[in-house]
Amino acid sequence: MEDRHIKAFKEESYDILGELEALLLELEENPRDAGLIDRVFGTMHTIKGSGAMFGFDAVSEFTHEIETVLDMVRDGILPVTSGLIRLTLSARDKILEMLDSGTQSLDEEALAIVAGFRKMVEVEEPEKKEETTAFPSGEPAVLNTYRILFKPRSDIFATGTNPLLLLAELRAMGESAIVVQTDAIPLLADYDPEACYVSWEIVLTTALDENAIRDVFIFIEDDCELIITRIFEHDPTMECENYRRLGEILLDRGELTPEVLETFLGRHKPLGEQLVEAKVVLPEKIEAALSEQEHVRQVLQRDRDRKASSLRVDAARLDSLVDLVGELVTVQARLSQKAAGGNDPELQLIAESVERLTEELRDNAMSIRMVPIGTLFSRFRRLVHDLAGELGKQVQIITEGAATELDKTVIDQLNEPLVHIIRNAIDHGIEPPSQREALGKSTKGTIYLAAEHAGASVVISISDDGAGLDPEKLKAKAVEKGIINQDDDLSDEECYALILRPGFSTSAEVTGVSGRGVGMDVVKRSIDSLRGTIGISSRPGQGMTVSLRLPLTLAIIDGLLVSIGQGLFVIPLSVIDECVELSRDEAARSRERSMMTFRGEALPYVSLRAALGIEGDPPDIEKVVLVNAMGKKTGFSVDQVIGQHQTVIKTLSRVYGNVEGISGATILGDGTVALILDVNQLVMAERSDSQRKSQIIGLRRAETVS
Amino acid sequence: MSKRIMTVEDSTSLREMITFTLGEAGYEVAEAADGLDALAKLKGFKADLIITDLNMPNMNGIELTRSLRTDPGYKFAPIIFLTTESQLQKKQAAKEAGATGWIVKPFKPDQLLQVVRKVLG
Repeated sequence: MEDRHIKAFKEESYDILGELEALLLELEENPRDAGLIDRVFGTMHTIKGSGAMFGFDAVSEFTHEIETVLDMVRDGILPVTSGLIRLTLSARDKILEMLDSGTQSLDEEALAIVAGFRKMVEVEEPEKKEETTAFPSGEPAVLNTYRILFKPRSDIFATGTNPLLLLAELRAMGESAIVVQTDAIPLLADYDPEACYVSWEIVLTTALDENAIRDVFIFIEDDCELIITRIFEHDPTMECENYRRLGEILLDRGELTPEVLETFLGRHKPLGEQLVEAKVVLPEKIEAALSEQEHVRQVLQRDRDRKASSLRVDAARLDSLVDLVGELVTVQARLSQKAAGGNDPELQLIAESVERLTEELRDNAMSIRMVPIGTLFSRFRRLVHDLAGELGKQVQIITEGAATELDKTVIDQLNEPLVHIIRNAIDHGIEPPSQREALGKSTKGTIYLAAEHAGASVVISISDDGAGLDPEKLKAKAVEKGIINQDDDLSDEECYALILRPGFSTSAEVTGVSGRGVGMDVVKRSIDSLRGTIGISSRPGQGMTVSLRLPLTLAIIDGLLVSIGQGLFVIPLSVIDECVELSRDEAARSRERSMMTFRGEALPYVSLRAALGIEGDPPDIEKVVLVNAMGKKTGFSVDQVIGQHQTVIKTLSRVYGNVEGISGATILGDGTVALILDVNQLVMAERSDSQRKSQIIGLRRAETVS
Repeated sequence: MSKRIMTVEDSTSLREMITFTLGEAGYEVAEAADGLDALAKLKGFKADLIITDLNMPNMNGIELTRSLRTDPGYKFAPIIFLTTESQLQKKQAAKEAGATGWIVKPFKPDQLLQVVRKVLG
């Protein structure tokens, strides 16, 4: 608390005490004036309250004693006597003295006054009860699962209450499943947009007790229907049984009577469906009951998981396991192909079983290698701390999604690129404190590190709230370094991407941390080798974000096998939206314009035959695989779509490592090799290609005009 | 953007303490000395939350709450009032006037922030 606040408090207290004196003297004249008594009580109460807030605990304690007596006077239990007035006046003087001295304890005189007041009451103050906590802190918290029915009154919004915030509070208390009940919503004609028609059924597993749950609703306890039932107690030492069945839950919730339930049991259809069809129970109620079942089941499962012991295994052994699984997948593909080709149903059955088992084995082996990225994130705290200190900057790091899992190999290779990016952010991005202050930013810069799953990839983004990138400056620098030409027309994104080029460095001076023009291009190379992509976005003056999109695993992916001429290719399934057919005419038109129309939308079209330089004519009906890459849909034309294929990725040898558009190879069941297409690179090449074309068209037009 | 809070309280020290606490926690705070003052200032300061004392000269907290609930801009805004344990009747009246919640005086800065977070999210 600052001094000036205490000063203001004291000044105010002097005023109040002055007022109190006058009031007391007036009260002596009119001892039955209830209004005066109220006001005396009020002043005491104010002093007690503010005293406690501003750290004058002794004053507060002292005043409390007087207040107790005054409260009884107010209630008519005690009369106003001249003795009381005298005692209160001396108490008032004492308070003044205590405020001035700032004492933290009651001296003899004060205690004498207190004793005087107590005598007046002539009741022994009951011994203060020691507050005992229900759970001794040393004991492990017991988890309970509660079912909460929360039905706010329809006019709840008129009290400024936002029920969603209450739900958020519950969610913060533990693990929860919330199902909204919408059956009370009327037809539109009867609908009052300012009324609340919904209620919620919440299942919450928490270490807190029922009172804590009730406390969440403390402000609206009279304005809502709130039913809290404890439905499950977790005993970590006990072997956990399975949770109740749907019918039992519905019975417990009072949605069904046992007699009704009886009539529905023993049929083939799931109970929930039957009940909804027969209109016995509302679908929302079934959903709530099912979510309760699922919730408890999950909590139980985790209890089980926690008990399961873990095992440390040498990483090399895991690697060889994955290698073997890869080989197995290849052999399995051969088996499946052989079985499909022959006319032996028994073999086909075996092949199918092997296929299913292999798939499960593959997923299992992969999941063993998954590690949470948090282990990597935690290393960066120290890095940020040290670097910031070295450069005289104030930087904090916030991480999110530390539980996101990635293949161990990927994580191992991510360390260096991430260090580079974070260094860059601290060195170039975040400004010195004085500069930040001048810009109206908080002196402390923030680096935000987040990881999240996006389909078959993980996106890691590193953001800072520093200076951001200036596209013009980047361009000027690139021209100076001879990386691009003066009249190259670059979009902002392309300008940002310049920092990934080798030999590019924008910092005015070279520091010990970064700025030697190595770094970002190294980052690019490492991410490329992980089959990842880098995206950069920036807002000048507000910071930049580098996002790395990485595949979950390096070893095996699901792919779509396609053929062009004699060649076989694999397109990663994760980027494919759908496959369509184009007739010869349509295909010819599309090829000419490098555009195709799809559901009324014009999309870039790439003939893979042309892009990969494969000779020969396309078939009459051409297949187009629509992929979603680099934030845009693009159609790739192929001759044939063969089908889904579990692709064990083999890296290309160093000689072919740099071939654009190809990211690896895989061996098919019959031993032939299929190349894995690097869709992102192909899309990028197409874009710069079409830009070049449009420039050429523009030039031609300019020529015709002149 | 930081949330905006209007503190309505006739005691200067308490008002300053609230402003200081909320300001430290990153909220944008405006002050008013009583209900009338608050009504006038709330026209120019769109508050996300109003914290008001109940006993004030000119216009008390209950009247202020009632008045704000008729204003479309504050009809659904959270309003927190400051009360003491002995003011049970007033608490009921304030709730009926449309207040969202309350803080019992005396309170510590942490308790204030806890309630503010509860209703502001």
